[in-house]
Amino acid sequence: MTDIFALAADNLLSPIVLSFALGLAASLARSDLSVPEAAAKALSIYLLFAIGFKGGVSVADHGVDLTLGTTLLAGVALSALLPIVAFALLRMLSGMDRLNAAAVAGHYGSISIVTFVAATSVLESRGLSAEGYMVAVAAAMEAPAILSALWLITRGEKSENGEGRMDAGLWREILLNGSIVLLVGSFFIGWATGPEGLEEISSFIVAPFKGVLCLFLLDMGLVAGRGMREGRKALNVGSIGFGLLMPVVGSLFGLGFALLLGLSTGGAALLMVLAASASYIAVPAAMRVALPEANPSIYLTLSLGVTFPFNLTIGIPLYLAIATAVTGG
Amino acid sequence: MQTHDAKRVEITIEAVMQSRLTDALEKAGVTGYTVLPVLGGSGRSGAWSRAGQVSRGTGMVQVVCIIRAERLDDLLDAAFAVVKRHIGVVSITDCQVLRAERF
Repeated sequence: MTDIFALAADNLLSPIVLSFALGLAASLARSDLSVPEAAAKALSIYLLFAIGFKGGVSVADHGVDLTLGTTLLAGVALSALLPIVAFALLRMLSGMDRLNAAAVAGHYGSISIVTFVAATSVLESRGLSAEGYMVAVAAAMEAPAILSALWLITRGEKSENGEGRMDAGLWREILLNGSIVLLVGSFFIGWATGPEGLEEISSFIVAPFKGVLCLFLLDMGLVAGRGMREGRKALNVGSIGFGLLMPVVGSLFGLGFALLLGLSTGGAALLMVLAASASYIAVPAAMRVALPEANPSIYLTLSLGVTFPFNLTIGIPLYLAIATAVTGG
Repeated sequence: MQTHDAKRVEITIEAVMQSRLTDALEKAGVTGYTVLPVLGGSGRSGAWSRAGQVSRGTGMVQVVCIIRAERLDDLLDAAFAVVKRHIGVVSITDCQVLRAERF
């Protein structure tokens, strides 16, 4: 227990979390601090490329084992399963209507790549390694949750209302959204070029990584604070409770799968983080197309304003401590 | 200077619907339009801003078309089929253009 508190304290005082806290505080205080949209996009492109590339290099370095395929399948299964758990929990805790509950649930089956990146950074600072292909697992977990959310809706409504929610264009956008293309593409570049490729560009990919992550999280803090300010009226105590409880529930599902797969301590912690995190990039866009009747203030505030800060400050050290204790790493 | 009557249609819509809307407009024979970024605003769904967007799911764009009056209904039918379930504003104003053959 002391270790968990020590880990949490270290995490809370890391430049990454403090940068996020600065953004959050500035936004809540209504400061005019802002990161230009184009700069925020450039930072996210850098982070996705770096994390995908390093994951690919790790796979090239350590080789592929049998667990790669099964872990990918487990990720897909987790992403499809978690919205159903989230839907039931949310309806029970908050009494939210079916449509909005399904939209929220979809976010909790998908993942937050920024939380994943922050977790890998924490693992690195602890000297823990994880299976390099966890990046590919993250990409595989983006889309299945959207299908589960739409299934939750269509099973509860007349068929004529459910028609047309998933068109070919939406499929293309989900499966080929920029984050997935960049993450998977850089993963394969890293895999193909291996440690020599990393050596060539390490001064760009490795050294500035944490500094860029700090700036990106400063922006995420600003966005989260803005979301909290604007979306707080849309949430009740039950739904906020869901936003804090669901990541822990999701992480335990992730832990269960990690133990079944025999992942390393770092891999188990990352799968827990993926299962605990909630999307605020891919799924909101898909929900606006497929479920425009759902209120974006609810799902964005929950995923970005409640669960994301929880995972970043308390969740990551908690999941790492649990993974360490359970796997004996 | 000789001017010609035309209709200016402004459709402010969620960014995720942009390609669907422009595809529908092109199918309806509208070949000329301009897409503008929208910085922010406020409406029935509350205030929103372009600042700090992390998802295309919450941004807005404005599609502006200038067409001849006799083609207006086709354009509106195509646009409304796309935007009817979504947040957005469609407005039509009379305008004047200099080169009628371009619209």
